[in-house]
Amino acid sequence: MQTLDAAFSALSDPTRRAILARLAKSEATVMELAKPFAMTQPAISRHLKVLESAGLIVRRIEGTKRPCRLAKAGMEPIDQWLAMLRDALARNYDRLDGVLADMKTKKG
Amino acid sequence: MTKMTLTTEADKYIIVTRRFAAPPEALYRAHTEPELIQKWLLGPDGWTMPVCISEARPNGKMRYEWVNGKGGGFHITGEYVELEPYSRIVHVERMHLPDPTPDNHVETRFAPDGDGTLMTIRMTLPDAETRARMLATGMERGMEASYVRLERHLEQGRLQHAGSTMS
Repeated sequence: MQTLDAAFSALSDPTRRAILARLAKSEATVMELAKPFAMTQPAISRHLKVLESAGLIVRRIEGTKRPCRLAKAGMEPIDQWLAMLRDALARNYDRLDGVLADMKTKKG
Repeated sequence: MTKMTLTTEADKYIIVTRRFAAPPEALYRAHTEPELIQKWLLGPDGWTMPVCISEARPNGKMRYEWVNGKGGGFHITGEYVELEPYSRIVHVERMHLPDPTPDNHVETRFAPDGDGTLMTIRMTLPDAETRARMLATGMERGMEASYVRLERHLEQGRLQHAGSTMS
């Protein structure tokens, strides 16, 4: 559960969510990430450290650069997104059963 | 009552089916009339929809706003494309997170099925970037719902332990 807590905490920041959205497109270096966000590289690095320790991104070493990408296990699988959608819809339709029952009662 | 099914088709579409114990007309109304939509289209526990605009006619506007009562919220906007009472609704929608996601094209069908209705929804599968953004939002919403459930659980625990020294 510690990993999940760390992931939730990491996702609570809008800049970190924006970084994830950017990384969903492709791998990027700190410098590439710093530019669109109008932030200093150390500030971006701090965000990346949080995302990395939450298991949401992974970094590799390439010379002096450390490009980041989404951790496949953490974010990428479509199954994870579909599971979230499934839960939200299932809950909605359980509620809709009740609404439809009420409509029937009022009509009758 | 059959459970909901959710499948993907050709890596491009999501197909959802669900059977309801009510006629197609009731389903159609529950999907197009704001005061009915606001009762069920809420996602995780703890969220409400204070704003619901649904102009159920071709080119009619849709705007649904959700809040969690703790400062969190987001909304979708959309337009109705085709309506065939009480069997079919076609609309496009986008989430604002706050930047708009690409348009999701949604077709909702209500078919008589015995004494009830079989609903079939076909929607566009969002691309990887959109999914990541929605997932991030959804995880917050899910987390919020978990906290609400946890609070309730703790509340019950407190009641059960009333009188003891445990709090």
